[in-house]
Amino acid sequence: MAFFIQLIINGIVVGGIYGVAALGFVLIYKSSRVINFAQGDFLALGAFICYALMVTFKVPFIPAFIITCAVTFCMGLVLERLVLRPMIGESVISIIMLTIGLASMIKGIIYFFWGSGDLAYPFFLSSKPIIIGGIFISPIYIGTIVITAVLLGVFGVFFKYSAQGIAMRAAADDQMASQSLGVSVKRVFAVSWAIAALVATIGGTIIGLVNGLNAQSLSFVGLKVFPVVILGGLDSIIGAIVGGIIIGILENLAMGYLDPLVGGGLSETFPFFILIVLLMIKPYGLFGIIEIERV
Amino acid sequence: MRRLKWSPCGNYRINYFEEFKVFETDFGYFFLVLFLIFLACLPLMTGPYLTFIFNIIGINIIAALGLNLLTGFTGQISIGHAAFVGIGAYTSGILATKLGLPFLVALPAAGLTSAFVGLIFGLPSLRLKGLYLAIGTLAAQFIIEFVIVRWEGLTNGVAGMYMPKPTIFGINVGSEHSFFYVNYAIVFLMLFFSKNLIRTRIGRAFIAIRDNDRAAEAMGISLFGYKLLSFAIGAFYAGVAGCLWAYLTSAINPDQFSIGLSIEYLAMIIIGGLGSNLGSVFGAVFLTSLHEILRVVAEYILTVAPQFVTILMAIREFIFGLIIIIFLIFMPDGLADRWRVVKAYFHLWPFSY
Repeated sequence: MAFFIQLIINGIVVGGIYGVAALGFVLIYKSSRVINFAQGDFLALGAFICYALMVTFKVPFIPAFIITCAVTFCMGLVLERLVLRPMIGESVISIIMLTIGLASMIKGIIYFFWGSGDLAYPFFLSSKPIIIGGIFISPIYIGTIVITAVLLGVFGVFFKYSAQGIAMRAAADDQMASQSLGVSVKRVFAVSWAIAALVATIGGTIIGLVNGLNAQSLSFVGLKVFPVVILGGLDSIIGAIVGGIIIGILENLAMGYLDPLVGGGLSETFPFFILIVLLMIKPYGLFGIIEIERV
Repeated sequence: MRRLKWSPCGNYRINYFEEFKVFETDFGYFFLVLFLIFLACLPLMTGPYLTFIFNIIGINIIAALGLNLLTGFTGQISIGHAAFVGIGAYTSGILATKLGLPFLVALPAAGLTSAFVGLIFGLPSLRLKGLYLAIGTLAAQFIIEFVIVRWEGLTNGVAGMYMPKPTIFGINVGSEHSFFYVNYAIVFLMLFFSKNLIRTRIGRAFIAIRDNDRAAEAMGISLFGYKLLSFAIGAFYAGVAGCLWAYLTSAINPDQFSIGLSIEYLAMIIIGGLGSNLGSVFGAVFLTSLHEILRVVAEYILTVAPQFVTILMAIREFIFGLIIIIFLIFMPDGLADRWRVVKAYFHLWPFSY
């Protein structure tokens, strides 16, 4: 039983990370209908910039983190202006390939500055786990869950009450109508990319704290986002977090109970099995808007 | 004998048969024959390594043709094409090593197995389209990769498989030079099939589905049937490419058929031109040559300064991404469209206006 609960807790933590990664993805999809295959590399870039500030420039963690957030926020704005805006109105395949190209470029930048090996943040949180009834909970885990909850709350309030948030929802709903009511759709796109890059930085830094930094495994998280967002619904913020936690738990249960049966490796692929089943039976997910279109 | 036609100065077509001709003038056939002679002489002039690269280009052309049929002509985005190439490679590997079947049996078997798996993963296209289908094929990529790694009894898992030399009617065609002729014979067969498929009812149905699926359905095209057919044909091409790859490199392992390769194939058809057979050829030639040139440059730099290994890898990734983005923003119709423009310019060359 303790083993089961341990798996569930690990799952919630991993799932929280997936949820944060998926949050940025959903923000971009919600406002501009762009599928961002570079989300994983955004995570990695944010994490590595933070690492560089801390190790190369000897900045303490909190200021380094804030500077990183500012840098990636601006990077999101610039990317949207230079790369994404010329592509408005292009076909799905072009936009998918564009973000794949972007992912490749970011990966190149990361390899260039930090190599492809494993790195770790200089240590700052106590690693002494809290043990409750035979279950290990490390402080980083609690931090992850708190940050996920805070992000969910902040974005919930942002979209519900702030003018920019309402404008973003309006643009997601109907671009032409919102434009005629004075919403700057261009600004909405720019802000959504900037926020997505910012959220990715937060997610990437958390993963860096929990698992260490590795460009390849960080960008793979960007692909794990797909089962999460399909489960939660492509355009639902709460769906991203809930989907992330469900996928995280299922993945950990698969790791605990199914991997010994098949000889390991299933947990990495398990979310994609779920994805195929979901696409067959419920493609719009738990919280997604159902666009009825029969062909 | 009728008079040869070289370059018409206007549109003289008087029936549909003339409209559907592949080459409008005898000029085209003349150049085709010239090109075939050049291609046949190519391996005589180059060493084994360069011939190996030409073989890789030929294999990539076949795979890109298949993906272009599926993505470029039918509009069904696939991010799992490399997995189907992998299925082809492993099918031929299993047939050749475990059952001892010859090359000419393994080749169609690889294509058909791949086509069958393609059918299965094409099933979601009944309900999904656009980006949902793209995500579904992404899942197919990971699932197939997982099965190849884990089905160790059949595929030897991560250790990979070693292929025997290919023989056709007892003649060994395993060397780079002799394989070149076999390979390009198949490339031309596949190109010929693809080119003509697009001119039939099936091909026009594919294009109709891409342009507007609801209108196509209303015109009496069975969407599901044709989408599945497109998946099967695309995967068949991938399977054939995989089989040739397995025999060419004589060793296969699951790492080769990763999502990176799938992206590479997508990049080929984007750079070459979506919905153009010539585009698949241009894209495959361009991207394979680019990788080869970058590799040669990198090797040269490494002999001078061996500490730059990761930096060179970084630059390669960066250039790959940059080229995709530049093509998408500035040349969205790809190299095939450039080729058309150049041809149009030289059509009535000294007297263009």
